[in-house]
Amino acid sequence: MPEGAAAVERVFREEYGRLIASLVRRFGDIDVAEEAAGEALVTALEKWPASGVPPNPGGWLTTTATHRAIDRLRRETLRDSKHQAALMAYDDTPHDPTGPVEDDRLRLIFTCCHPAIASDAQVALTLRLLGGLTVAEIAQAFLVPETTMAQRITRAKRKITAAKVPYRVPEAADLPERLGSVLAVLFLVFNEGYLASGEGDPVRVELTAEAIRLARILRTLLPGEPEVTGLLGLMVLIEARRQSRVRQGQLVPLDEQDRAGWDERLVAEGHALVRECLAINRPGRYQILAAINAVHTDAPTAADTDWSQVVALYDRLVRIDPSPIVALNRAVAVAELDGPDVALALVDRLPLSGYHPWHVARADLLRRLGRSVEAKDAYDAAIAATQNSAERAYLRRKRGELV
Amino acid sequence: MAHYLLAVHGPAEMNEFGNYGSKEEMEEAFATTGAFNDKLKADGYWVFAGGLEPASTATVVDGQGERPIVTDGPYLESKEVLGGFWVIDAPDLDVALKLAAEGSKACRGKVEVRPFQGLA
Repeated sequence: MPEGAAAVERVFREEYGRLIASLVRRFGDIDVAEEAAGEALVTALEKWPASGVPPNPGGWLTTTATHRAIDRLRRETLRDSKHQAALMAYDDTPHDPTGPVEDDRLRLIFTCCHPAIASDAQVALTLRLLGGLTVAEIAQAFLVPETTMAQRITRAKRKITAAKVPYRVPEAADLPERLGSVLAVLFLVFNEGYLASGEGDPVRVELTAEAIRLARILRTLLPGEPEVTGLLGLMVLIEARRQSRVRQGQLVPLDEQDRAGWDERLVAEGHALVRECLAINRPGRYQILAAINAVHTDAPTAADTDWSQVVALYDRLVRIDPSPIVALNRAVAVAELDGPDVALALVDRLPLSGYHPWHVARADLLRRLGRSVEAKDAYDAAIAATQNSAERAYLRRKRGELV
Repeated sequence: MAHYLLAVHGPAEMNEFGNYGSKEEMEEAFATTGAFNDKLKADGYWVFAGGLEPASTATVVDGQGERPIVTDGPYLESKEVLGGFWVIDAPDLDVALKLAAEGSKACRGKVEVRPFQGLA
């Protein structure tokens, strides 16, 4: 691709979410918006390499796409005047004063993550419409055939249109619950990037980066929601350790990581976000997880980690979310404070034999207790249940070191 | 505005109190459902609603051939069948889902929300 075209594609990708969201509001139809955006890209690819990128590329793309959509609707009006006239008139009135914020992207992300849409489709739609990823890219990221992903997205878009899933920010009373599903989608995208399944790259940077980018946008749109700040802080503090986390294709656990390789800028940003959450003092799940990661990234060496603080934070998390998965993570921290025998007793009680981190935790605790025979079995179970190639390589090494 | 079907599914086999455990429970559900119907009418969402006789009273007619073929029984043999429904007129899915939640509580059953393509 010539350099000019690459620059156009980059701008287009950055502006895509804003462009689509404003077109969906204007025309009330996702397909119309996507087609018009595609035509605007074609026009930009023709003009920008010669004339240069305009000073306000987002505005240029929106204006061009809007003209294209109106042209198309005018042409089609001749065929089906009633339907298209309805589309043209969809949003000439001011917006309903239902949502606290009026940004088009915020409305669109709540539509994409509506509870009436299946969760795998929520993730796909968010990446497609807000993130501007192509269907092929999303399919590759989630290891499904492109046709499957295309069907999933098409089906969800059809439901949005047919069932009239509203394009609006939920009312204040519904916001916490609905925001929960938006945050869950972003964290799912991040986690799939951070601990990718399948045989490809153990870390998919494009997914972690996209989740962080969308969380940043969400934070500018909902600055008063501490869980949004908490999620961004959490992801930034995990992302900060990315370079140190895989070495020669093997996962490196937190206590063995080269802390000099952590991204200082991201650590500082994450700590500032956690402090901001503390000041608001309305704790929630993502804020507590961010605070736990702040304790870890605050320690100059693994031995300096304030484990009593980590366990205290997990105690608070258990009160919000009494799931066995949280209890497992708490038990791993308890091992550092009260010893592996205490932790193993906690771990063994949890009904998580289908969850690979449970086997990983058991294997590690049994190894530390010198119970090698049982540890080997637990490592075998962990290796069999693990999808991530780097984590499997790490577990094989640990198992091999047992005598 | 758009039209939605709020369909209530329940067991095909009913006892003497319909799908309910006792006479009192049945009467209470009828009363709360009646109140919900009144609210739908007062708020302008009401189009049409009704409870259905048991699926065993159904008859299937296939009129595609030269002569209609009439068969006793429901179209699908299943343990759960359509027991009743509302047709409502609502501005969007969020409103329909809120009303479905109220209707579900009133009639004590799960409600399936499905948009109409259009209404004749």
